[in-house]
Amino acid sequence: MSSVHEEAPVGTGSTFSRRLGLLVAVGLVAVFVLGIFLTEPDQRINPDTGEIIGQFDAVRLLYVHVPTILMAYLAFIVTAVGSFMYLRKKSMAWDILAYSAAEVGVVFTFLGLLTGSIWGRPIWNTWWQWGDVRIMTTLVMFLMYIGYLALRSVEAADPGIQARRAAIVGLIGVLNIPIVNRSVEWWPNRTIHQRSTFLEDKFDGLTFFTLMLALLVFAGLFSWLMMHRFRLGWLQHQRDTEGLDVAISARRAEAEGQFATVAVDGSVVDGSES
Amino acid sequence: MTQLGYIIAGWVSTFGVLGAYAVLLINRGKAVSREVAEDRRRWMTTDMPEAAGAKGK
Amino acid sequence: MREALLIAGKDLRVEARSRIVLNQVAPFAVLVLVLFGFAFDASVETDALVRFTPGLFWVTVLFVALLTLQRSVAVELGDSAMSGLRLSGVSGVRIFAGKALAVIVQLLALEVLLVAGVVVFYGSRVSDILLLVLTCLLAAVGIGTAGSLYGVLAVGLGVRETLLPILLLPVLAPVLIGATKAFDDALGVAVVNGWAWLSLLAAFAVAYVVAGALSYGLVLEDM
Repeated sequence: MSSVHEEAPVGTGSTFSRRLGLLVAVGLVAVFVLGIFLTEPDQRINPDTGEIIGQFDAVRLLYVHVPTILMAYLAFIVTAVGSFMYLRKKSMAWDILAYSAAEVGVVFTFLGLLTGSIWGRPIWNTWWQWGDVRIMTTLVMFLMYIGYLALRSVEAADPGIQARRAAIVGLIGVLNIPIVNRSVEWWPNRTIHQRSTFLEDKFDGLTFFTLMLALLVFAGLFSWLMMHRFRLGWLQHQRDTEGLDVAISARRAEAEGQFATVAVDGSVVDGSES
Repeated sequence: MTQLGYIIAGWVSTFGVLGAYAVLLINRGKAVSREVAEDRRRWMTTDMPEAAGAKGK
Repeated sequence: MREALLIAGKDLRVEARSRIVLNQVAPFAVLVLVLFGFAFDASVETDALVRFTPGLFWVTVLFVALLTLQRSVAVELGDSAMSGLRLSGVSGVRIFAGKALAVIVQLLALEVLLVAGVVVFYGSRVSDILLLVLTCLLAAVGIGTAGSLYGVLAVGLGVRETLLPILLLPVLAPVLIGATKAFDDALGVAVVNGWAWLSLLAAFAVAYVVAGALSYGLVLEDM
């Protein structure tokens, strides 16, 4: 049943999404220019030895790592909320929202872990660190996303049932985050993430501004991706239920007294107007 | 610039993956919307389908 | 409560008759221990095996738990037994309690076997038996409840064998972490306060008893 329909708008774009996309693109360029060229590298003089220490240029990874991680967490929350609302309202829109956030979220989580690893190598001299609370919690969150998407992508006879199960998984997954967080915190303390630099006020003005801008731009990017992914999911839902609706209409047509005629060779010809 | 390799790796992978995903989404969107009947093609109709695929009307 | 015990009893009786856990899962558990023994070349480095026993023990328990849970779910799949259970009018909470209880009992038996295994094969010495027993108990409750819930979530989709591990194992990470630490203490392998880690296992168990009780019925409705 894959007939091709023309004329109505194709794709998931809209005026708003195109404008947002443009803004985000401009913002990304700005963040790039600021982050790579205009901000200062992290250099300090050790008061005791007089030598120059710090992250030097590696600090520029701050502007991609922190936003991607924060968007990953945001997506997780959206999945949980969507799952909860789906269980309450049973409307497919919430399920599609949860599913979309999970897919977008797994991309951001992957990037967050990747940029974190890349940033960690020159700074902490290791690609990975077991026992760091944030890394472990994010890793478990990533694995749970994968499980959720695996569950969701199985061919199911009834999308409603599949949606309900996914919603339960999406909601219960939230339970796990504080538990994992607590358990890793109690491990012999090997946290290498520095305590939040915001609180210690070590940022200079332009660095802080660039980070804030990057957060804003990535939030815009996240929204843009969510819009398209949601619309895609909605269209898929329409496509998948189209066959069902046609069958339902045909059944109703039969019930309302339009009889089918049986041809001479035994084949059934539907006598209704179409 | 010091540690240039890491900076490039981090930024390129971020922009690259996100860009590729964005392109993928747009293409998937176009492909699927072509398979859907015109009147159902916009993303939210006034009567929202219930769960289990049954349409509101 | 009676109904839950009835369901648990039914599952255990099915196991007693088919003996799958006894004949297949238990040997598999011992086999994993043996494989670790080969892999760690304990003839040269006896210390490595002892040092890592808690971790190896609990990883083995997780693998074995997956098999046990698959069985628990598979028992209901023949002859639409799951629909029969649902239509019997027993509430979801009680079915959940019964199924989880049966799994917990089987896990406890397997844990006992594995403790014997590490004592024999890895030379472990139990320095705090009470801690050991409580850890095994709490971990079994956590794995049994979380596992029963995820087991029924993955059922009926035709791919449950491969889907259950990927859904369940990330969720069980805290149990692995906590139980390993507690065993570090109970087996005298490391200087750590195992009793503090027990509280983590207890929190996990409580969380999933509640989560399962609330959601199991929901999942059953769809089957």
